[in-house]
Amino acid sequence: MKIIEVHDVSKSYGGVKANTDITIDVEKGGITGLIGPNGSGKTTLFNSIVGYHPIDKGSIKFEGNEISKMKVQDIARLGLLRTFQQTRIYGDMNCVENMLISLPHRKMTLREAFTTNTREDHERAEHLLDFVGLHEKRFLRSGSLSFGQQKLLEFAMALMNEPTVLLLDEPTAGINPTLINGLIDRLKRANSEFGITLFIIEHNMRVIMNMADRIYCLAHGELLAAGTPDQIQGDQRVVDAYLGEH
Amino acid sequence: MTILRPIFYLALLALIIAAPFLAPDFKTQLATLWLFIILSMTWDMTGGQMGYNSLGNILFYGAGMYVAAVVGISIAYNVGEYTNAFGGGTYKFTTTEYFLGMGLGLVAAGLFCSAIAWIMGYLLFQFRGPYFAIGTLGAAIAAGELVSNWEWVGGGQGIALPVYPGDFDTGKFFFYYLFAGIGVILFIFLRWLYNTRFAAAINAIRDDEEKAEAMGLHTLRYKQVTWAISAFFVGIVGGISGYQLIHFEPLETAFQTINLGIFMVVCVLLGGKGTLWGPIIGAILFHVVKEVTWNYLLGWQWVALGALIVITVVYFQDGLMGWLARLKPEWFGERVITKPGPVAEPAE
Repeated sequence: MKIIEVHDVSKSYGGVKANTDITIDVEKGGITGLIGPNGSGKTTLFNSIVGYHPIDKGSIKFEGNEISKMKVQDIARLGLLRTFQQTRIYGDMNCVENMLISLPHRKMTLREAFTTNTREDHERAEHLLDFVGLHEKRFLRSGSLSFGQQKLLEFAMALMNEPTVLLLDEPTAGINPTLINGLIDRLKRANSEFGITLFIIEHNMRVIMNMADRIYCLAHGELLAAGTPDQIQGDQRVVDAYLGEH
Repeated sequence: MTILRPIFYLALLALIIAAPFLAPDFKTQLATLWLFIILSMTWDMTGGQMGYNSLGNILFYGAGMYVAAVVGISIAYNVGEYTNAFGGGTYKFTTTEYFLGMGLGLVAAGLFCSAIAWIMGYLLFQFRGPYFAIGTLGAAIAAGELVSNWEWVGGGQGIALPVYPGDFDTGKFFFYYLFAGIGVILFIFLRWLYNTRFAAAINAIRDDEEKAEAMGLHTLRYKQVTWAISAFFVGIVGGISGYQLIHFEPLETAFQTINLGIFMVVCVLLGGKGTLWGPIIGAILFHVVKEVTWNYLLGWQWVALGALIVITVVYFQDGLMGWLARLKPEWFGERVITKPGPVAEPAE
């Protein structure tokens, strides 16, 4: 079943065509990858999906409903969540507070917001911090963590929000290479154990080939290739795009 | 610590109750101190906890003053005739009329101010940073000008309310305890509120509103609710101030943007934004400095006050509490836990 359907979407900034006639489907429950050289329009496509800017033409559907005209908060409240390439966390608060803020407010009435966090909330926060390996640092100001740790925290916060689909913008960028295997494992477990559909932008080929069921490759704002990791790896056009032959 | 805390609060409560007896000559001063504390705490809800620096909260103070007065008068007399006579004529209020009018007036003032904060919030929370500050300031100034041209509520001359029906000194006690009561209720309310999920959400709005939106928080609704609660308390103390002052006029007393409207911001900056105690400590410090300089440095009082603001802004940008938090982070719960410790207790 398709959970995100991007159909014929174009977006340009002034004269720069960031996306041209992109058509992409994300399967429910799977891990879908989005690759492409720098400036190929990957983040623009993410921003279009989550409503950061209006698209010029085309349609974007989430669970069968058109979302291309909706605002960021409204799309987030449907359970379609994204993390940022430049990590965004609440730097003045500690990790546990960051986690507790990330409780799914979309499932909360105003009256429920005026209650204190339950023991279960705290336990879930600690469990997820443990899951990403930040348990020891949970009472430190999150702004004092390293960039890689902040990325892990942002990932944990996204999980705390119980999204249906999680859009991850370069989850392994800036993470210590020795930790990357652990992160791949956690992303896979988030998918299999928590049932969260993942849609991932990634530059690290080893990571994305390892995880994704299906990969889309963009180049110069256009869809260049789509297929399984094996098909993509064997596709001469993709290799050319990365080596600058395109 | 856990045993000391209730003792500390009980001692504090005893001091609050005893204060007007301990310093009988300063009853009105102490009442004013409570006004400063309440305005600072309410200002900090949006300014400190939510990151929206309003320069127009004085609007709710002025509006509360007028609503409480008009409602209070209207239960006994026709408001238009009363204000036009301006203290002349024979307008007597029985004790029942006085207290009933004031009581209803204060409730109405709180609710009315909440409602206008909700509506203003819908319009003004579209703006961020300095634009929000200037927008709110503009609204407050405009409200003052509007009211000063409205003859039904006395125009530029304002309103003269009935005096307290009892002896003069009892009246001073009455207003002190009224302010102190609201202040204590507000403190208890905020102490509870700042531990709720709601408070965490408004802190998130302060720290990174775009992230909060991307996480699906109902940002506009939370902002409106916060300002409406804040305005509720400001409206009530505005109403009390009107009855305490007996006579007030629109620009210098009710919508006094450059005095009280700015003082509350300075108090919070002095004590530390975004903390429970910061606004209280700041208000006490500010009020003491203000009164001392007014008494001993007359002619230079504004210069002294300005110097205080400059020193705060340059050297103590996070206020006293923020400075303490950086000096002693462990007092504020920052720590590394190396052993997998027990799961943290939910905050009380």
